[in-house]
Amino acid sequence: MPAVVQLEDIHKTYDSGEVQVHAVRGVSLTLNSGDFMAIMGASGSGKSTLMNTLGCLDRPTRGRYLLDGVDVSGLDRNELADLRNEKLGFVFQGFNLLSRTTALENVELPMLYGRQRASGRDLQTRAEHCLQIVGLADRADHFPSQLSGGQQQRVAIARALVNNPQVLLADEPTGNLDSKTAVEVMGVFQKLNDQGITIVMVTHELDIARFCKRNLIMRDGRVVSDITVADRLFADAELQRLRDAEAAAKLTD
Amino acid sequence: MSKRTLNILLPAITGALFVAIWYAVRFSMSEEMRFLLPTPGEIIASFQANGTELGRAALNTAEGALLGFLFATLVSSAFALALSVSSLVRISFYPYLMMLQMIPVIIFAPILVLWVGPGLKSVVVITFLICFFPLVVNTTQGLVSTDRNLVELFRMYRASRPQEIFLLRAPAALPYFFTGLRIAATLAPIGALVGDYTAGSSAGDGGGLGFQAIIYSSQAKYPALFATAAVTCVLGFVFVALVLSLSWLSLHHWHDSYERTDN
Ligand SMILES: Nc1ncnc2c1ncn2[C@@H]1O[C@H](COP(=O)(O)OP(=O)(O)O)[C@@H](O)[C@H]1O
Ligand SMILES: [Mg+2]
Repeated sequence: MPAVVQLEDIHKTYDSGEVQVHAVRGVSLTLNSGDFMAIMGASGSGKSTLMNTLGCLDRPTRGRYLLDGVDVSGLDRNELADLRNEKLGFVFQGFNLLSRTTALENVELPMLYGRQRASGRDLQTRAEHCLQIVGLADRADHFPSQLSGGQQQRVAIARALVNNPQVLLADEPTGNLDSKTAVEVMGVFQKLNDQGITIVMVTHELDIARFCKRNLIMRDGRVVSDITVADRLFADAELQRLRDAEAAAKLTD
Repeated sequence: MSKRTLNILLPAITGALFVAIWYAVRFSMSEEMRFLLPTPGEIIASFQANGTELGRAALNTAEGALLGFLFATLVSSAFALALSVSSLVRISFYPYLMMLQMIPVIIFAPILVLWVGPGLKSVVVITFLICFFPLVVNTTQGLVSTDRNLVELFRMYRASRPQEIFLLRAPAALPYFFTGLRIAATLAPIGALVGDYTAGSSAGDGGGLGFQAIIYSSQAKYPALFATAAVTCVLGFVFVALVLSLSWLSLHHWHDSYERTDN
């Protein structure tokens, strides 16, 4: 199976005035189609920097990055942006939804720009389909302020899906959510992964990482461990367990 | 007692108390001084006597206030857009905007009359000057304080600069814009009144409330002066109410400052 993502000896140095920060120091990594990886590590260990490289948001100082077989370093800014919008979807910790637009319009947003511009009808159908995938078809006309945090993050996931990306990149997607809602969001990710989407996410919560297939641990800009998750958690089962525990707690009251 | 009843009852009680004190003060005054504080009854009577005159004056002032307010809104929005483009532009213009704000319009008024002529034109310009500053400052503030994450999101999706401004920055600036608009709405009738007081004239249109005030005070028609104040008050209420409803209409379904609806 061809690698979707291939990093070869990636380095990233930030040059902010006098001090140089060597944020990523030689990371090599291969992601195959259908991978589901959590990147973990202490604050400042270079997780976000690595994600920005993966997302073509930032160029590595050194090293080679092949995205779906294309060498990214050979591309100019516009080509890079086109490749990014075609192959990648992004989910952020803070949801980043536009507050005065409905859930549906938020999902349509990536299609309004660049070369992905689609016709009005097609646009709406695709956005509705993506909302359906994340289980929010009935909230299409709600504004973000009318949705819970978990629902807002699901809208953001739908938005990330709208261009049919091969890889979904999420930097601390559950960082602003309570634990139960976080599990729900992980359930959405697991469902998407089952459908073949490759997912890379950053998290500092061990429990959350166990919903993934593979855990990568970084320290000081290097990969110190890259393991397959042995005792993987499944969101459906966990949610059921949480519901049972809640019910039991109510009975004993 | 329901909240609604209290909302009506309590202000009614304070109002009644206020009128009682008013009468008390009035009757404690010596006979020859009483003209200084007309009774509510006298003021209402003067409404009847000067109703048409006051009504026409109020319309004139309202026209000046509305035009000045609208011009200020339009020009300040365009100006704020230009200021939002870069901090260099802001640095170059802010000191002069501050100056514009600091100069009391009263001092300008006589020159304005010479420049644009007395009457409505001067009133509009003075109202414009008074409303402009809070509008431009608030709208600019709104345009530049867009969530950085969202700006980056737009750039990531390769939104063009106009798309960024009109789909992201301008809508996000709306709450700030309405804050400015609310301030301007309270200032506009006062501005028009001051403008009319200093630069109004009976030429053609018969002048506005400010001009009426000059006439009534020169004629020692004190109840009519109080009636003029009441009319100005109502005018101010109308302006603020209009802006508040406009603000509610455009913000209520998405902005946090309005209560969330269903779920
Ligand atoms: N834009 C930047 N400019 C300068 N230094 C940066 C920048 N972004 C990150 N860094 C530095 O790089 C290191 C790694 O940061 P980051 O990748 O954000 O770590 P993490 O996401 O694991 O917390 C940190 O020391 C951070 O201060
Ligand atoms: Mg980080």
